[in-house]
Amino acid sequence: MNSTVIVFPGSNCDRDVATALTKLQFKNKMVWHKDNNLPKSDLIVIPGGFSYGDYLRSGAIAAKSNILKEVIRAANSGCLILGICNGFQILIETGLLQGALLRNRNLKFISKDVYLKVINNDNKFCKNYKKNNIINLNIAHNEGNYFTQKDHLKELEDNALIPFKYCDKEGSINDKNNPNGSMNNIAGILNNKKNILGMMPHPERMIDSLISNTDGIELFNSVLN
Amino acid sequence: MKITKDIIESHGIKLDEYSKIKQLLDREPNYLELGIFSAMWNEHCSYKSSKVHLKKLPIKNKNVIQGPGENAGVIDIGDDDAIIFKIESHNHPSFIEPYQGAATGVGGILRDVFTMGARPIALLNSIHFGDPNNKETKNLLNGVVSGIGGYGNCIGIPTVAGETKFHETYNENILVNAMAVGLANKKKIFYSKAKGVNKAVVYVGSKTGRDGIHGASMASAEFDENSEDKKPTVQVGDPFTEKLLMEACLELMKKESIISIQDMGAAGLTSSSVEMAHKGNLGIELNLDKIPCREENMSPYEMMLSESQERMLIILEDGKEDEARAIFKKWDLDFVVIGKTTETKNLSLKFKKKIVATIPIDALSSKAPLYDRKWSKKKLSKKKTNIKELKKIKFDEAFFKILSSPNHSNKKWVTEQYDQMVMGDTIERSGANAAIIKIHNKDKAIAVTVDSSANYCKSHPLSGGKQIVSESWRNLISVGAKPIAITNCLNFGNPENPDVMGEFAENILGVKEACEFLDYPVVSGNVSFYNGTNNNNIFPTPVIGGVGLIKNLKKIQNHRFKKIDSKILIIGKTFGHLGQSVLINEIYNMNDGMPPEVNLLNEKNNGEMVLKLINEGFVNSVHDVSTGGIILALAEMSLSSQIGVKILKPKKLSNMFEYFFGEDQSRYVVEVDKNNYFKIEKLLNDNNIYFENIGVTQKDNFELDKDLKTSVKELYEINNKWYNNFNGLIS
Repeated sequence: MNSTVIVFPGSNCDRDVATALTKLQFKNKMVWHKDNNLPKSDLIVIPGGFSYGDYLRSGAIAAKSNILKEVIRAANSGCLILGICNGFQILIETGLLQGALLRNRNLKFISKDVYLKVINNDNKFCKNYKKNNIINLNIAHNEGNYFTQKDHLKELEDNALIPFKYCDKEGSINDKNNPNGSMNNIAGILNNKKNILGMMPHPERMIDSLISNTDGIELFNSVLN
Repeated sequence: MKITKDIIESHGIKLDEYSKIKQLLDREPNYLELGIFSAMWNEHCSYKSSKVHLKKLPIKNKNVIQGPGENAGVIDIGDDDAIIFKIESHNHPSFIEPYQGAATGVGGILRDVFTMGARPIALLNSIHFGDPNNKETKNLLNGVVSGIGGYGNCIGIPTVAGETKFHETYNENILVNAMAVGLANKKKIFYSKAKGVNKAVVYVGSKTGRDGIHGASMASAEFDENSEDKKPTVQVGDPFTEKLLMEACLELMKKESIISIQDMGAAGLTSSSVEMAHKGNLGIELNLDKIPCREENMSPYEMMLSESQERMLIILEDGKEDEARAIFKKWDLDFVVIGKTTETKNLSLKFKKKIVATIPIDALSSKAPLYDRKWSKKKLSKKKTNIKELKKIKFDEAFFKILSSPNHSNKKWVTEQYDQMVMGDTIERSGANAAIIKIHNKDKAIAVTVDSSANYCKSHPLSGGKQIVSESWRNLISVGAKPIAITNCLNFGNPENPDVMGEFAENILGVKEACEFLDYPVVSGNVSFYNGTNNNNIFPTPVIGGVGLIKNLKKIQNHRFKKIDSKILIIGKTFGHLGQSVLINEIYNMNDGMPPEVNLLNEKNNGEMVLKLINEGFVNSVHDVSTGGIILALAEMSLSSQIGVKILKPKKLSNMFEYFFGEDQSRYVVEVDKNNYFKIEKLLNDNNIYFENIGVTQKDNFELDKDLKTSVKELYEINNKWYNNFNGLIS
C-alpha cells in the first residue's frame, strides 16, 4: 500500500507518522507543502504540528497551501485521508470535514494519555477494532474542543460518523472524562463518504509497547487490510 | 555623543572598568563601542566573577568529546552517536515577562544544541517560584509554564522532565532554567571557531528588531522597584521560525560547507561575531547596512545589541554560498552575507560607508575584566533538632501535610501542558526518577534528569554541592542508566557580596568533590548571578542536569511497584537525619540545622550495586530516597502504581519521625520478588552493602505498623488537591 505524509514547515509529527507507516509495511513518501504533485497514494496523512506556526487560527493557512489543493482533489476522488491533531484542524479549515475545533475549555495545552471508546468501526480506518473497544492514545493540543451545529451533530451520530469518543478506563462517556470540552466527547469524525478521518489523538504514538502501548497499530492495519 | 558618567553607569560599567576600556582602545570609545563593551563585559557574558572558581571543576572523562567553552557539552554514547547538552538560565526575563521570558529561554538553549549539529531530542526545566501565597506567584507560574510549553510544543521537541518548586526566597526573583539534549553524529560536530581569512560571514534566520536590547546587562544586575520598566529588554520568541531555522541548519550541516557556526544568544550579533573571531584568532568585519531589520531606521547600536531571537551567524567555505542560500530559501528564511573574516584581529563595523566602530577582539574577550572577588566562609548552624518538639504533630498528619504541600503534591497540572511524546521515543516521562529517551531506531537510550536542593545549599554550600551532584547520579542509576556527565546552572545572588561569593566558592568545591569521585564531569553550564532584589539574595540554587546511558533497552527500570506481596528493601543506611528536611522546614518551619552529609564512598558503592541489581533483573522497581525520606519515596511508588504497602517498624528504630522522614543520602527503595530474596541478600552481604527489609507490597492499602493506615486512593486525593484549590478549579 502506498502512503503519503504531507510535510508543512511546522509539522512536527511527520517523522513519527512515517515511522509508524513504515513499520507497518506501507510504502511511504513525504511530500513538501510547496509541491504541486501528489504521488500515487492509497492513504494520505496530514500529520500533527503547527503547519505554518498557527499564529492565525490553527490550520487556516495550511488549508490554502498548494499541496492541499491536490489533497482535496484526491479526497474527492475517494482516496483515504487521515488528519491527526493539526491535520484534523487543517481538514476542518478546508471544509473537507465540518465543524470547528475550539480552544480547550480549560484554555491550556493538554498532553496526556486518554481512553477512547470505538463507537463506530464500520469504516476503513477502524474495521480492525471491535465496536466498544476501549483504547488508550495520547493527545497533545491546544485546540481540540470539537464543536458543530446541532443538525450536523445528529447526522454524525445517526450515520455512524463518529469513530472515537473520550471515555474513562471502564468505557463510560461523560463530561468528567472529556479532556477538552468536545461536544458529545467526540475525539474524531468521518465525512459522509467515510474516506476522510480527522482525529485529535495520536495513533502513531502508540505503536510500541516499550514506549507506550500498541493501541494505535490497528488503525493503520485497518487501512492495510 | 559625549560619554558621561551617567551613560557609563547606565551601561552597567564601573568607572574603573571604563578606564580599562580607554586604556585598551588608547582613546575614548564612542557610544556604539561603549554599548559593545557593556554587552561583552557584563557578568552574564564574561563570567568575570565566576571564572576563577569554575576552573576547579572536573571537565573530562573517557566519554567527554567537548567540555565547557563551546555552545554546549558533547559526550560519546557509543557507535557514532554523540549527545550534546546544556542548561541555561532565563531568570530575569521570566520575572519581568513570564511567558516570553520562559519561551525564549527554551528557544535559546535549543539553538545552543542544534548549532553544534545535534537534532534536539529532549527538553527539561527547573523552575522555582516564590511562596504560593505571594500575590505574584500564580501569574508567574502560569505564564512560565505556558511559555515553556508554548515553545517546546510548537517546535516539536518533547519536554520530558523537570522540577517545579516554591520557596519565599524566590518571591522577588524566580528561577527559570531550561535544558536541551540533542543527538548528533560524533564525526559531524560543529564548533564556533572561525578559520581562514576573507571567508563569508552569513546572517541567517529572523530579522533583527529592537527587542532584547541590553538583555544581558539587565541579567547582570539586581532588580529594584523599577524592574517593571525593563520589559522592553525581554525578547519575543517565535518557535515556528526556530523550527525553520533548526531544519535549515541541520540540512546545511549535511553538506561540507560550514566552517563555523554560532547562534546569536545573549548580546546577539556582538557576542556571536566576537566569539567566532576570538576562537579563530582572527578579525571580523561587518557591514551593518546588510543586516535584515524588522523595523525602520535602526541604528548600529540597536543592531549590535538587539537580542532578537532565532538568528545564527555562519562562516562558509568558499564557493558554497549558492548551495547554502538555496536551503534557507526553501525554508523561507533570510540569508545575507554581512561581512568577512579578516587578519586585523579587530571587530570592525561599517555603516553607510563609514567605519563606525573598531575594537580589538581581545579587548572584548581575553582582556575582559576578571575578578577574584572577596568571599567569606559560611557560618554554620550548630542547632540540633529537638526530637521532643516533633511530637506536637501526629505522624500521619505530618505525612499528609507534606503530601499535599505545594512542593510535594502531584505536578501533573504542569507536565500535562508539555508535549512529552512527540518524536515518539519517550520511554519514561515526567514524574519518574529520570526520563528515558530512546535513541531513534536503535537499541539504546539515554536517561536525563534535573535536580536542585536550595535549602541544603543555603545551610551548608559545600555539602549541598556534593549532595546535588550525588542526587542527580542516583536518579540516573534508579532507571538503570550509567551516569556520564552533567551540565550545571549556578543561580546565585550578588557576587559583590562576600557572603554570596562564599556560597558560590564553597558550593563549587562541593560539586567538584562529588563530580571527581563519581567520575561525573561538568561539560557545559551557565552562571546566573545577581538573583535578588534590593540586596535580598536568593538561596544559592545550583541546578544539575545529568545524562546517563542505557546500553540495553531490556535493562531499564522505573519506580512503579509491579506486584503484590513483593519484599521492600532499603539499600543504604538510615541514620534519621532531620536537619533541613522537608519535615523540619515545611511542617515545623524550623530552618536551622545542617543538611545531611554525603559519604561519597557509600554513594558510589550503593549506586553501583543498585545498577547491578537492575542489570541482573533482580528488582521489580527502584526509587531513590530523596526529600521527604523513606515515607515519601514509598508514597510515590504507590501513587504511580496503585499498589499499597505494609511496612513494619524496623527493629533498630529510634524514632518514627527520624526513620521515615529522615533525609540521609545514598539510599534507594527496591522492590524484590520473595523468591529472589535470598539471592539478593547474599549478594548485598557479600559486597558489604547495608540494607534493611522493611515490609511488603499489598493491595490498595498504605500501612505503616500502627501509626498510619490509609488507602492508596486516599493518598491520591491528598496528593492532588493543592493545585486545584490554588488555581480555583473544580476537582
